[in-house]
Amino acid sequence: MQKLLELQQLKKHYPILGGIFRHQVASVKAVDGIDLDIFRGECLGLVGESGCGKTTTGKAIVRLHAPTAGQILYRPERGESGDAIDLAALRKNELKKKGVRGRLQMVFQDPTTSLNPRMLVKHIIAEPIREQKRLTSRELEDEVLNLLSLVGLTKDHMLRYPHEFSGGQRQRIAVARAIATHPEFLVLDEPTSALDVSVQAQILNLLKQLQDKLGLTYLFVTHHLLVVKYISQRLAVMYLGKIVEIAKTSDLFATPFHPYSYALLSGIPVPDIDHKPRRIVLTGDVPSPVTPPAACRFHTRCPFAIDVCRRVEPVLEAVRPGHRAACHRKFEVEKLVREKFGTR
Amino acid sequence: MVEFKLRNDPKATPRSGKASGATFEVILNAEPETRNPEPGTRNSELGTMRLLETQNLVTNFYTYEGVVNALNRVSLVVDHGTTFGLVGESGCGKSVFVLSIMRIVQSPGKIEDGKVLVFFNDDAGATGVDLLRQSEAYMQRIRGDRISMVFQEPNAALNPIMTIGDQVAESFLFHQQKELCKTVLAELDAPDCQIIRPLKTLQRAFYGMAAQHPDATALKLCDRVPVLRRWRRPMKRHALRRAVNIIGKLGIPNPEEVVSQYPHNLSGGMKQRIVIAIALACSPVLLIADEATSNLDVTIQAQILNLLKRLKQTEIASILLITHDLGVVAETCDRVGVMYAGNLCEVADVGDLFHHPRHPYTRALLEAVPRLAQEGELKSIEGSVPNLVDPPPGCRFHPRCPHAMELCRKRFPDQVEVGPNHTVSCYLYTDRPRPEA
Amino acid sequence: MTATHPRLREFRYTLLRIFRNPSAIIGFSLLFFFAAVAAFAPQIAPPKYAHNPYMMPHKGFSPVPKPPSDTNVFGTTSGQYDIFYGAVWGTRTAFKIGLFVVAIAGMVGVSLGAVAGYYGGIIDEILMRITDVIWAIPTLVLAMAIVVAFGRGLEKIMIALALVQWRWYVRVIRSEILTLRDHDFVHAAKIMGVSDWKIILRHILPNAIYPVLIMASMDMGSMVITAAFMSFIGLGAPKGYADWGQMVALARNYIVGPIDDPFKFWYTIVIPGGCIILFVLSWNLIGDALRDAFDPKLRRR
Repeated sequence: MQKLLELQQLKKHYPILGGIFRHQVASVKAVDGIDLDIFRGECLGLVGESGCGKTTTGKAIVRLHAPTAGQILYRPERGESGDAIDLAALRKNELKKKGVRGRLQMVFQDPTTSLNPRMLVKHIIAEPIREQKRLTSRELEDEVLNLLSLVGLTKDHMLRYPHEFSGGQRQRIAVARAIATHPEFLVLDEPTSALDVSVQAQILNLLKQLQDKLGLTYLFVTHHLLVVKYISQRLAVMYLGKIVEIAKTSDLFATPFHPYSYALLSGIPVPDIDHKPRRIVLTGDVPSPVTPPAACRFHTRCPFAIDVCRRVEPVLEAVRPGHRAACHRKFEVEKLVREKFGTR
Repeated sequence: MVEFKLRNDPKATPRSGKASGATFEVILNAEPETRNPEPGTRNSELGTMRLLETQNLVTNFYTYEGVVNALNRVSLVVDHGTTFGLVGESGCGKSVFVLSIMRIVQSPGKIEDGKVLVFFNDDAGATGVDLLRQSEAYMQRIRGDRISMVFQEPNAALNPIMTIGDQVAESFLFHQQKELCKTVLAELDAPDCQIIRPLKTLQRAFYGMAAQHPDATALKLCDRVPVLRRWRRPMKRHALRRAVNIIGKLGIPNPEEVVSQYPHNLSGGMKQRIVIAIALACSPVLLIADEATSNLDVTIQAQILNLLKRLKQTEIASILLITHDLGVVAETCDRVGVMYAGNLCEVADVGDLFHHPRHPYTRALLEAVPRLAQEGELKSIEGSVPNLVDPPPGCRFHPRCPHAMELCRKRFPDQVEVGPNHTVSCYLYTDRPRPEA
Repeated sequence: MTATHPRLREFRYTLLRIFRNPSAIIGFSLLFFFAAVAAFAPQIAPPKYAHNPYMMPHKGFSPVPKPPSDTNVFGTTSGQYDIFYGAVWGTRTAFKIGLFVVAIAGMVGVSLGAVAGYYGGIIDEILMRITDVIWAIPTLVLAMAIVVAFGRGLEKIMIALALVQWRWYVRVIRSEILTLRDHDFVHAAKIMGVSDWKIILRHILPNAIYPVLIMASMDMGSMVITAAFMSFIGLGAPKGYADWGQMVALARNYIVGPIDDPFKFWYTIVIPGGCIILFVLSWNLIGDALRDAFDPKLRRR
């Protein structure tokens, strides 16, 4: 498969200002050196708890903010030579010039704040198109109608304000806005977390449909593991700014190799009465990203930490083809879990 | 053990002089009841170990757009010693339901009709107290002491300018003043008490009076005068000690340090534990958790759910859990009620509900939720939740129901029993004989 | 549902919300009345001096005010200026003052505040420090200084007021923008590649403008009061100018009449003072009603 995006040692540190003259005293290491490949046409899930840096990664790819270090190599399909563009190195005005802005888009979590309450739906969806090219108003309207029908809305919905719609419909409008410029890549930042269960199913099915119809690539950022299992083919688990495990979704759910993945997966409340979870309950809270633990970030909460975990940082290495984990004891984790917590 | 304080309290007269006044006496004169029945026991025969029963509860909100009928004759039963899960999507009325039970519905909401019967004893013959007919003073005594509530957002539930210890102790100080006075008296009587004799007699008299008549005006006066206000200090000391105790029981490390910290020093999971500690401080008979884990991360949620399961063994037996997450329900609840647009669709034991869902909405909901072993597409439910100002007539689910009949538009179906402890409100099941075994 | 254009529907809904409040009805009625008087001033009180209608006509120079009579409907003030004429043309003056100051202050304040709030960082710091310096200037002292330097006159007062009044708007709009800046629709616009100033104009300002509107309506009234005060202490409009404050200044010596009849010259104070009060009241009521209508917590949505 062809790589669409390649993140190399991406870092994003937010400075904390304090002291006299507000100089930088510390920094929040939201994303601290991740390597990630996203292949064309797939849906890559990015999971983790709050504060792990998954949303920051998504925002870095669409260049909502400039990364502190690292590279984001983007290989566009059409046109240019086929060389990768380093998105991290470009300045903001160059992004628009190179036409990158229209190709990478984002759908946000809260449909209430992601649509301008003072704009009509028609203008909301037309805005990205108007930024890209000049169309007559008739053509623009046709384009907007086309997009609305793609997401399951009708002409009646065009001349209304966002607050007249329900949460699910607003999210559809947000999706229509995101695909208005025919992007190749969409970052979906918890698109269903603010929605009800039944509407969630509608939106997930819509996203799947659009992916097939329009040939999109998704980065699905969420903390809800069952949702990501439904929609994504590959899954990456993040903890405190680093990727701890990445594999095909089915492989990861069947045999995780990192203790944190085990804990996450066993912690899901499963809507199935016969499922008897052997829950790995982690002690303590997530450490602050300002001062992450040295060496392996997870060693403070890991039930299996040994001396090397406190001294040397584990590297994301392959355990099986297509399955990588960053843990010193990755090959023994399954046995350890069984010993300590019983069989799953 | 806390006595039922209403015995001598003139303010606790029920608002109307109806039969509920008489039932008061029955309960009050009974022996001080055991706080909770054995946790984990459950009587399968309905009607003997009821804790909470609502009958045809109706709550309306009077908004500018019209009258929103948030609860439409909701009747359900929560038993002693069980965890009852109330599931539904947003707007279905589950939060309004618990607010109505606790009578903290804010205007423009009004509880119009129905009964909320609470059976504090698990006596077979007791008739319950109708909470809707009690005075506000009675409700204030109940809230936090017999029935307490945990809300969704721990940041909003904790006062940012009070220490943790103060907030947990507040519950003791308000509800258990008599016990605290008695503890102070016991301390005074202890052989190693350092206070000089005349002061000791004075204090003994004072606290004795406070223990007998916690609402005496003399005490209220003392509270206003600057120096005399200090009479509350020994009680506060004891309350703080008990706060440390209860915080420790909830698995928070170093409770002595935590009591002097402020909420912003703690993480989300810890804050939610503190909120649960405040709720459990006076050993209530029923704990209501309104989406208590929805805002938490997966691992923290796992911790809290584990904690609730552990507490079910030791501290509190009966929990009313409100959630939209069917996974949480499957894991922690014994019985489940499904609500839709202000109506209760189905009530069943949790295994029964997941294996044999009857109501079309329950079935659709279970099919729309992603599972661990998911095959094929998620089936979404067509349409959207109705506007409660102008809800569909009859059964409110009929516009989205694949099995809708003419009858469904006419009248809302009554609750019908379709199995042991399994009731449904759906015309598909009326006139059906009870299934064998 | 698409029969009425949605903007019209929104407008009607907003009007409904505003006019549900009885104070709004009173306020708007008063305002309408004053606007009508100002618009038809030449018809109601025909100007005596065609080149400068703002000079009040006076028959004679006697300092003692005369009570209302057939020729002077509201009487005359000291110097025999016709109070009725002054009250009518003073409405125009009041509107002039209010609109000028609020417009200038509003535009300057909103622009600076929007830039400071949106960009943050060093730009925000610099602009806010400049605003801090302006905050330190007392309005009245500045007005007096300008009058001392450039001579008296209503225009000078208006300029002085406009020079300092914008500092309120900067704060208000900046605080609104600080919250709006983090909303997702602004992020979405950035991802689309919309330029910064378009984001400010199209996305941020329409949502942030409500508190500014409320403040502007209140300011209309308070500017008139400040200008009236200036005129009263002799800094503002020249003697004989049709300005309510100026008319109160003329009556300075006649606030209390002779011992046996202290209210003899009531009309010299009550009429122009009453005009000021009602004018300011109308704008305050409007501002209150707007605040109730626009407060997001009280709004239905």
